[in-house]
Amino acid sequence: MRTLAGSVRAHWKQAIRTMSAPNKNYDPVEVTALSPEEIERALEAALGAIAAAGSLDELKAARLAHSGDRAPLTLARAEIGALPPQARAEAGKRVGAVQGQVKAAIGRRQAALEKERDERVLIAEAVDVTLPAARQVQGARHPVSLSAELLSDVFVAMGYEVAEGPEVEAEWYNFDALNFPPDHPAREMQDTLFIARQDGLPGSSGIVARTHTSPVQIRSLLTRPLPLYVVSPGRVYRNEASDATHLAAFYQIEGLAVDEGLTMADLRGAIQAFVDVLFGAGLRTRLRPDYFPFTEPSADVSMECHVCRGASVKPGADPCRTCRSMGWIELAGCGMVNPRVLVACGIDPDRYSGFAFGLGVERALMLAHGIGDIKDTTDGDVRFSRAFGMEL
Amino acid sequence: MRVPLSWLREYAPIPEPADHADIARRLTAAGLEVESHEPVGDIDGLVIAQVQAIEELAEFKKPIRYCRVATSEADLAADPQSLRGVICGATNFAVGDRVVLVLPGSVLPGGFEIAARKTYGRVSEGMICAPDELGVGEDHAGIIVLAPDAPLGADFTAYAGLRDEVFEIAVTPDRGYAVSIRGVARELATAYGVAFSDPADPEPADLALLGSLTEEGPDVYPASIGDPGACDRFVLREVRGFSPSAPTPAWMWVRLARCGVRSVSLAVDVTNYLMLELGQPLHAFDRRKLTGPIVVRRAAAGETLETLDHVVRTLHPDDILITDSSGPISMAGTMGGLATEIDDASADLVIEGAHFSDVGTAKMARRHRLHSEASYRFERGVDRELPLIATARAVSLLASLGGGAVVPGCTHAQVPVEPVTISMAAGYPDAVAGVAYGRDTVIRRLEEIGASVTQEVAAAPTIAPWRDQAGRTEGAGAARAVPAKPEGQPGPVAVLHVTPPSWRPDLTDPADLAEEVIRLEGYEELPVRMPRAPAGRGLTAAQKLLRSASRTLAESGIVEVHTDPFAPVRDADSLGLAADDERRPAVRIANPLSEDEPFLRTTLLPGLLRALARNVGRGFPDVALYESGLVFRPRPGALGRAPILATDRGPTAPELASLAAALPDQPQHIGAVFAGDRELPGWWGPGQAATWADAIEAARAVARAAHLQLQVRAAARMPWHPGRCAELYLCPRADDPPVDPPAKGGAAPLSPPGPDGTKPVPSGMRTTAEVHVGHAGELHPRVIAAYGLPARACAMELSFTALAEAAQAAGKVAGPTLSSYPVATQDVALVVGAAVPAASVEAALVTGAGDLLEEVRLFDVYTGAQLGEDRKSLAYTLRFRAPDRTLTAAEASAARDAAVAEAGRRVGAVLRG
Ligand SMILES: [Zn+2]
Repeated sequence: MRTLAGSVRAHWKQAIRTMSAPNKNYDPVEVTALSPEEIERALEAALGAIAAAGSLDELKAARLAHSGDRAPLTLARAEIGALPPQARAEAGKRVGAVQGQVKAAIGRRQAALEKERDERVLIAEAVDVTLPAARQVQGARHPVSLSAELLSDVFVAMGYEVAEGPEVEAEWYNFDALNFPPDHPAREMQDTLFIARQDGLPGSSGIVARTHTSPVQIRSLLTRPLPLYVVSPGRVYRNEASDATHLAAFYQIEGLAVDEGLTMADLRGAIQAFVDVLFGAGLRTRLRPDYFPFTEPSADVSMECHVCRGASVKPGADPCRTCRSMGWIELAGCGMVNPRVLVACGIDPDRYSGFAFGLGVERALMLAHGIGDIKDTTDGDVRFSRAFGMEL
Repeated sequence: MRVPLSWLREYAPIPEPADHADIARRLTAAGLEVESHEPVGDIDGLVIAQVQAIEELAEFKKPIRYCRVATSEADLAADPQSLRGVICGATNFAVGDRVVLVLPGSVLPGGFEIAARKTYGRVSEGMICAPDELGVGEDHAGIIVLAPDAPLGADFTAYAGLRDEVFEIAVTPDRGYAVSIRGVARELATAYGVAFSDPADPEPADLALLGSLTEEGPDVYPASIGDPGACDRFVLREVRGFSPSAPTPAWMWVRLARCGVRSVSLAVDVTNYLMLELGQPLHAFDRRKLTGPIVVRRAAAGETLETLDHVVRTLHPDDILITDSSGPISMAGTMGGLATEIDDASADLVIEGAHFSDVGTAKMARRHRLHSEASYRFERGVDRELPLIATARAVSLLASLGGGAVVPGCTHAQVPVEPVTISMAAGYPDAVAGVAYGRDTVIRRLEEIGASVTQEVAAAPTIAPWRDQAGRTEGAGAARAVPAKPEGQPGPVAVLHVTPPSWRPDLTDPADLAEEVIRLEGYEELPVRMPRAPAGRGLTAAQKLLRSASRTLAESGIVEVHTDPFAPVRDADSLGLAADDERRPAVRIANPLSEDEPFLRTTLLPGLLRALARNVGRGFPDVALYESGLVFRPRPGALGRAPILATDRGPTAPELASLAAALPDQPQHIGAVFAGDRELPGWWGPGQAATWADAIEAARAVARAAHLQLQVRAAARMPWHPGRCAELYLCPRADDPPVDPPAKGGAAPLSPPGPDGTKPVPSGMRTTAEVHVGHAGELHPRVIAAYGLPARACAMELSFTALAEAAQAAGKVAGPTLSSYPVATQDVALVVGAAVPAASVEAALVTGAGDLLEEVRLFDVYTGAQLGEDRKSLAYTLRFRAPDRTLTAAEASAARDAAVAEAGRRVGAVLRG
């Protein structure tokens, strides 16, 4: 490279030395700089120098030497005035064409060298893109919150509204209005945390930590216009020791529809629509008689196992962890709103009927995501929430 | 409840062979959920044998017997020493007793293989069995000694009905009748469409013994009902000369064991057997221990009774008692008294069968925490006709199995009870189900459950006959308008008058009858009608805001958690709360899960701090957590007692207000806690520790989600560091920050907080009320120590409820007008007293700069010797822009000068030279 650059520079010096000064002589023979041979030689020298330029700096030098103000071709062009008028046009054309060739060659070489340089620089600037760059500590939503929102959204999309209520609730809302008669064993189906009287005296306060979100049904029936379609997610409380599937404080979501002419067929439809949205179409649902004081008739809802789709029931089939090879998964409790509930809310049961359903939010989450221990949901370990991120 | 199939089959002869899975499916479909199924007693090689000789082997640590056993009539005549020899470790038998021998080659439950083997120096060719070894109950006190008439050499498995299928059924609380073989068999017969024979139908033999069921006997022990609300039927029958040592037949104790009931003695076993079969609890008294006539009444003050479990119980005036002249002798339907209990010498037995108040027994059982098989059944409702029948069967069985004579007739005290008749439009079940069953099907199904049905054509009856018509009118004008009936009276329809059977006291409403029809027709047959979408309004603004606030926090690197809402007593002290702090009074749980945690939380912070410590302890030192949830604050001066309102009508507005007034305040809070680095160190450089500023910024971010600008001022409030705690509040308009009092000579404008936690404000300075929202900052070192947290941990807690209300009040966001004229930027450095809050300086700049100010941004805080003691320099960039023109340099400078002047006036700021 260095040798080549040196030779170009020598050639340039020689060119200056051999340059002719402009003159007033009209003899074309005497204007040697404009001879086709000279021009051809200058062109070859220029193209050679351009091609030989190995860097942008060398190309700049070559450009100055062969296309600059003092380049042989530039000087030769200046000699044109010395020619007889009839020869000027042809000489000008010849020199101009050659100058154009040189300029084009410089342009091409410039582009090539710039590209080379850019590639070299960008390669030198390369980094290890596999370096981790998580500067911010990772945040996350809680999957039980997300699950409650997801379940609510399914019903909101069906036109339901989300209703909420207090967690410390009057017994009347939690039990009596829901047709749990006083001293009926049904009240003992739900181990209740009772709130002590604020005045510290013994005896009942008539207040409990709500055992289900059903009191929100009562509040909705008392305050919202009919027809009514609401869904109520929220925390509920039971006097139960925690184990892998039970918590003393957990989340439920309930739906309630009260309208004219609602039947169990509508209830089945609502549940089927819910299962279709949540687990995909094609899973059957099944109702079986159950008992809840606030619905009559009452049923529990099972759906076909979304994992094995019932295949695990067959003899010799692989066992299914999700449904314990039963083929069906208990999902929810439901029923037709007991007319006694409507009456307790001042609604005429001879005109209106309704249905209700409820399920455990944690249970739905655990089913959908294969979570084994419900206590993980209330432990506060960041790994649990972070595993789910911002959406389920 | 555990039910053996053999027992069910006696009354529901379903076809053989029955598939247990099919039985389980059909019972479950009928509402009796089969939880499990267990085949039992499939044992070959059990032979009834007689012990012919016993050789006591004394050389071992425990008594060992080498027995010679006969297994045929021929063996009885043979030399005992020629007979089969068996080693036995029990001693509860004698020569001549009939026992259960398991032969070599047999396999007992649990996979225990029997082989002839040499043991204790003898050859043992089999084993004499104890009940538990046959998988019948838990009893291992001794071997089984059979009645002398047990057929020698016979297969014991067949003799005792050992081979069976046991179903475990979960009976819902409304189906009291199904807590019996009788009730389950009835459902099974219906499910298979076979004829049901009722075990409660009196047998001719019993009637021969007793005359008619209701015939009274002058010699039977006398009794009367003292409180008609406690008991509406009380029946006594007697057996005299009963042999207390008579054994319980094998078939009976096997069935008891299959149902999970331990065999005690023949008399007790018979009462238990009939309770299981019929559902009627029975009690046996020793006649010789009774004194004077029996009276059923409520307890008197101060009365006590020592019950069978040897506990002396102080009785409550509502307790229902069976008494004689000596006082209480039994807690009705709950547990008998010790003094009149039958024992191994009781020969004269008084059998009691009664129909006690369901609510009365339920209350009594709960009051004394005494839940027995009897109270379980009475609470759920027992057939009122059973006491007459069950006692008759009891004395008949006792006399035939244990000898003795039945005293003719009975003592029968009763209170007349009118049967319930429910009137229902024949089409009502169809309307509930959405299926056209038709009247005939409805009637057939109702008759199947034992109801009697008559029909007429009449106006459609209401489905809520219990409704309080007067109250309905009262409620109509108050809490809720009762919708008017549609115009036009419907014409006459087919009306069914249904009288439920005596064993179904749970059937009181047309809806109950509808359920019976629908479940028997099959829930699986119900059609599916996909929902018609009503016009919903979607989520409320507050619901959307909570989601958005939550997402904002999570996306800023904070992890949402749910913590336990139960609060330990020590939290208030650990947080360092003052005696009069509003977070100290807490809602107390009367029956807490743990005595250490009797409260509901008044603040989210303790739960979050514990979760923070847990995460740090698990090796996650750089953690930020948040939670949103309710906190519970007793309302000062609230009644704290909620009335129980009527349910036969809608509540009135004042009634609802009385409930609302009794409940504690339950605002929704959002809290966040921070420890370690907020930005992690790495190859890019050092990390950034989470500070008080991050806690405040988290709160500001939540407010921004609500389009609200949170205002901040210094405050002293536990559990925060007194110099690093911000009070968070809202001004009515976000762009109108409060005016702080001017600093005097650069001194801090802070005043000590008032008793309510707010700062006193000179009158006239603030024209509109602030909304207090919460606090944020670094935690107090004492609190950090109390919760075992890393140093400098920080926290924020705000009332989401207050924020959402403010957002609601603020209304919709006004769209901005965007000026495309150029911005004019001016930087100013202001020197103020070190204690002057930046917020006050900024507020002054904003006010002084006027409408042209687009944004003010603090870009540097500087303190140094050249400023002087107790001074600091705050450098701001002020951005000015006009909506309608390019600002001249002079205009921008004038606005800047006005801003600086206002800062000078309010907080003594001077331009840094
Ligand atoms: Zn499965």
